[in-house]
Amino acid sequence: MALVLKVEDIWKAYPGSDVLRGCDVSFDRLGVYVLMGPNGCGKSTFLRLCALLEEPDRGKINYLSDGQNLAKDVALKRRITLVLPKAGIFNSSVFGNMAYGLKVRGVKRSEVAERVDRCLELFGLAGKKEQNALTLSSGEGQRLSIARAVVTGPEILFLDEPTASVDQKNSEMIEDLILGMKRQGGLTVVMTTHDASQAARLADVRLMLREGRVVPVLQA
Amino acid sequence: MHYLIEAFGRALAIIFSLDPVLLRIILLSLKVSGWALVISTVLGLPLGAVVALRRMRARGLVISVMNTMMGLPPVVVGLFLYLVLSRSGPMGFLGLLYTPGAMIVAQTILALPIVASLSHSAIVNVDPVISQAARTLGATQFQTTVTIVKEARYGIMSALIAGFGRVMAEVGAILIVGGNIAGYTRVMTTTIALETDKGNFELALALGIVLLFISMVINVALYVVQRRGDRWRLS
Repeated sequence: MALVLKVEDIWKAYPGSDVLRGCDVSFDRLGVYVLMGPNGCGKSTFLRLCALLEEPDRGKINYLSDGQNLAKDVALKRRITLVLPKAGIFNSSVFGNMAYGLKVRGVKRSEVAERVDRCLELFGLAGKKEQNALTLSSGEGQRLSIARAVVTGPEILFLDEPTASVDQKNSEMIEDLILGMKRQGGLTVVMTTHDASQAARLADVRLMLREGRVVPVLQA
Repeated sequence: MHYLIEAFGRALAIIFSLDPVLLRIILLSLKVSGWALVISTVLGLPLGAVVALRRMRARGLVISVMNTMMGLPPVVVGLFLYLVLSRSGPMGFLGLLYTPGAMIVAQTILALPIVASLSHSAIVNVDPVISQAARTLGATQFQTTVTIVKEARYGIMSALIAGFGRVMAEVGAILIVGGNIAGYTRVMTTTIALETDKGNFELALALGIVLLFISMVINVALYVVQRRGDRWRLS
């Protein structure tokens, strides 16, 4: 049974601004959800709360499996992953970055190598395996940050503006990878963007963050 | 000038003859400073990490104390430790005064603030996004801390080098608590001071050259270890 995320009436404020004001939304099907909205409207905050990096001031974030509410422990956090807009690449090799999420889960070395190799191939980074990850271009770095999240096999993958800081070519590559994951199935992707045409290309469900609330985008 | 060159030549001859007295002094120096560095690292690195990563009320005060203690005058440390370890002092019963153990304690007191403070600086300068990335990839709190410390490894290496440099070159504290006893507590720096006083510049110069050489070897070794460490991460 797929992991379901239910967001119930969450509120979040930072000094001087109420960012989220009563968000209600369910991510209960596989596929790609795209959350749109202008800069500073709270998209990143929303994803950080969903990814359990921060606590809401009010409201609930519930993860359910087989109808059961799951405890927000490390086991649950290892079933979801957030790719941050600023990549947060570790100062080690591309392989080291890729293997990180698997190593912290205690995956066997032989399996780590196999899964990393397969994923690097998929993300077009196989030739860079031994390179220090900090020497990658920004586009490659962004692909690496998505790849190292994907290699852990998350059930829900949060992508915070995955193409915001990359060139056209890398943006298209990342879009193709998201579409590839969508075709493959078995994964829920929740991503943010302010590019409406990108949302149209990728989304199964389009959402908008407006005045602190998540609302569906009506299809034309 | 001619005299200096002559003394330098004789110093080199002493080194290459592998004089047993010289070797014993060098080994004791390495042993004392090495232990002081190990203890300082075991205590100082976690202290630096905790101050850098944990929210605590007195953080500013702890940092100020660590930074102040970096400049501790060695003779003051020696004097303080002498009073504590002397027969009538509160820890006189340990019988540590005029032993290599007392010298290790003295050097640890001098190296610890350097290791802790510079480690703290290195860790606190790691981009916060690294911690967030580790957590989003499923790391526990402890694994996240280890990741941050690893990211700060070059800064931490520098802290260790600085700490080792401080204690290897130190003379005041160990002279007071070690007593400079031949064959027992006599190390390179105290021997240099003593032999210079006696006008025996050859041995003093020989030890000076060895001291510089050791410092260079440590720096090169650390550089190699750092490079290898990156490669090992691949396997």
